[in-house]
Amino acid sequence: MIEVKDIKKGFGDKIVISDVSAVMETGKCNLIIGTSGSGKTVLMKCLVGLFEPDSGEIFYDGQSFSNMNDEQRKMLRQQIGMLFQGSALFDSKTVEQNVMFPLDMFTKDSYADKLKRVNEVLDRVNLKDANNKFPAEISGGMKKRVGIARAIVLNPKYLFCDEPNSGLDPQTSLLIDKLIKEITLEFNITTVINTHDMNSVMEIGDNIIYMYQGLKEWEGTNKEIIFSKNERLNSFIFASEFLQDAKDMRMLEMKGKIDNNRNMDDLLK
Amino acid sequence: MTLLTEFGRYLLMLKGMFSKPENAKMYWKEFMHQCNDIGIGSLGIVVIISIFMGAVSTLQTAYQLVSPFIPLSTIAQIVRDTVILEFSPTLVCIVLAGVVGSKIASELGNMRVSEQIDALEIMGINTKTYLIMPKIIAALVVIPMLVVISAILGMWGGRLAGTLTGILSGAAFDKGLHQFFKPYNVFFALAKAYTFAFIISSIPAYFGYYVQGGALEIGKASTRSVVVSCVLVLFADYLLAALLL
Repeated sequence: MIEVKDIKKGFGDKIVISDVSAVMETGKCNLIIGTSGSGKTVLMKCLVGLFEPDSGEIFYDGQSFSNMNDEQRKMLRQQIGMLFQGSALFDSKTVEQNVMFPLDMFTKDSYADKLKRVNEVLDRVNLKDANNKFPAEISGGMKKRVGIARAIVLNPKYLFCDEPNSGLDPQTSLLIDKLIKEITLEFNITTVINTHDMNSVMEIGDNIIYMYQGLKEWEGTNKEIIFSKNERLNSFIFASEFLQDAKDMRMLEMKGKIDNNRNMDDLLK
Repeated sequence: MTLLTEFGRYLLMLKGMFSKPENAKMYWKEFMHQCNDIGIGSLGIVVIISIFMGAVSTLQTAYQLVSPFIPLSTIAQIVRDTVILEFSPTLVCIVLAGVVGSKIASELGNMRVSEQIDALEIMGINTKTYLIMPKIIAALVVIPMLVVISAILGMWGGRLAGTLTGILSGAAFDKGLHQFFKPYNVFFALAKAYTFAFIISSIPAYFGYYVQGGALEIGKASTRSVVVSCVLVLFADYLLAALLL
């Protein structure tokens, strides 16, 4: 579990996030959503320690991250996996070497054991026969999957994903979402996802934090978001007419006013 | 950002490099990789420059020494001292500032922009120690070797040009090479090589490591790193000559 208490962060005179508090639970996909510039990336970078908050505290399973020294942070970071927006794979290394890198750095396992583990995780993210390819030779979706494999190879307790669906087609996005969800449940990880993708919000959002101009505007689940009366949230999530219609349909379904097993062919006749 | 702030940040970067490696074997591997990149990667250009530099030195020295009272072997003596004292350490290092410096700055800049450095940080790796330290140590090991190779090749190039053009015989050139030889000059050349190696590896590393932005900024950082390295090499060249000669 990750707990954030009254986090504040600014750059120069500009305050980017202000007094944000939240609890990110274990075994759940915790989503941070919001428009561009709302402070969600800064919040995530504060969580992993890439930015130092100006005030407030962050707790990892009760341990104060803010008060840890460099050595303690190094130890904690070995329990953190992160998937970056651009995947951040090492260009000069093959897929196999990329995934093996954390094992090379932090374990004393034999090469055979490391290779076995690498193949296990690559298999887990449905990537086969790509071991010897370089990042430049694989697609965006494959890069994301390699990024996930590298993030989970050391069995992390915490997984951070920064816009895991950016630049991917809807079908691949869905696959990545499902994969993250499955991994979260399978390994009981605290997963924090920073996203713009509405499919992700509705499919995997166990806990959703909506940021607006650096403040936490709303928090709830993907079921509660349907019934939210928050106008800013509604106009952000259900921005198009199509999505608004979909939301209305889902509301009716959830209220039992229409059958969610309805046959659309009959309705269209 | 003021010059003083930049200098302070540069010193902090150097200080930040000194931490216990997470895995000594991986650091050794990275060091060897950098030795190969900097050393073998630059060997071709160093060989070409050195041979031509020595050859041109012989021809131009012969052109200026017209007095019949000066023995021909003096040409070799002048070529030897010029190559050892100035051409090999300074000229080669200025070329390496372009070749190695731009590579270091653009490699680190690209890693910064594409979040590879952040990825390493999040894994719990001290990126200054892992990415910058091996480059600087590799430069300190390999560049003096390149300077020594360059000096040998420079003198050989001078001999070749002298004999091929008929300016002086091989025997006369060899005699000149042994005339009034001061081993201190080699020490001076190596002192310069170590100083320049540190400059042309740490300055580009600084510019690359702290890049912000995109591809355009990487290019700018790379150019800036080469310009600053070259100016500092020339400044250090003067300072060392004033102090050590």
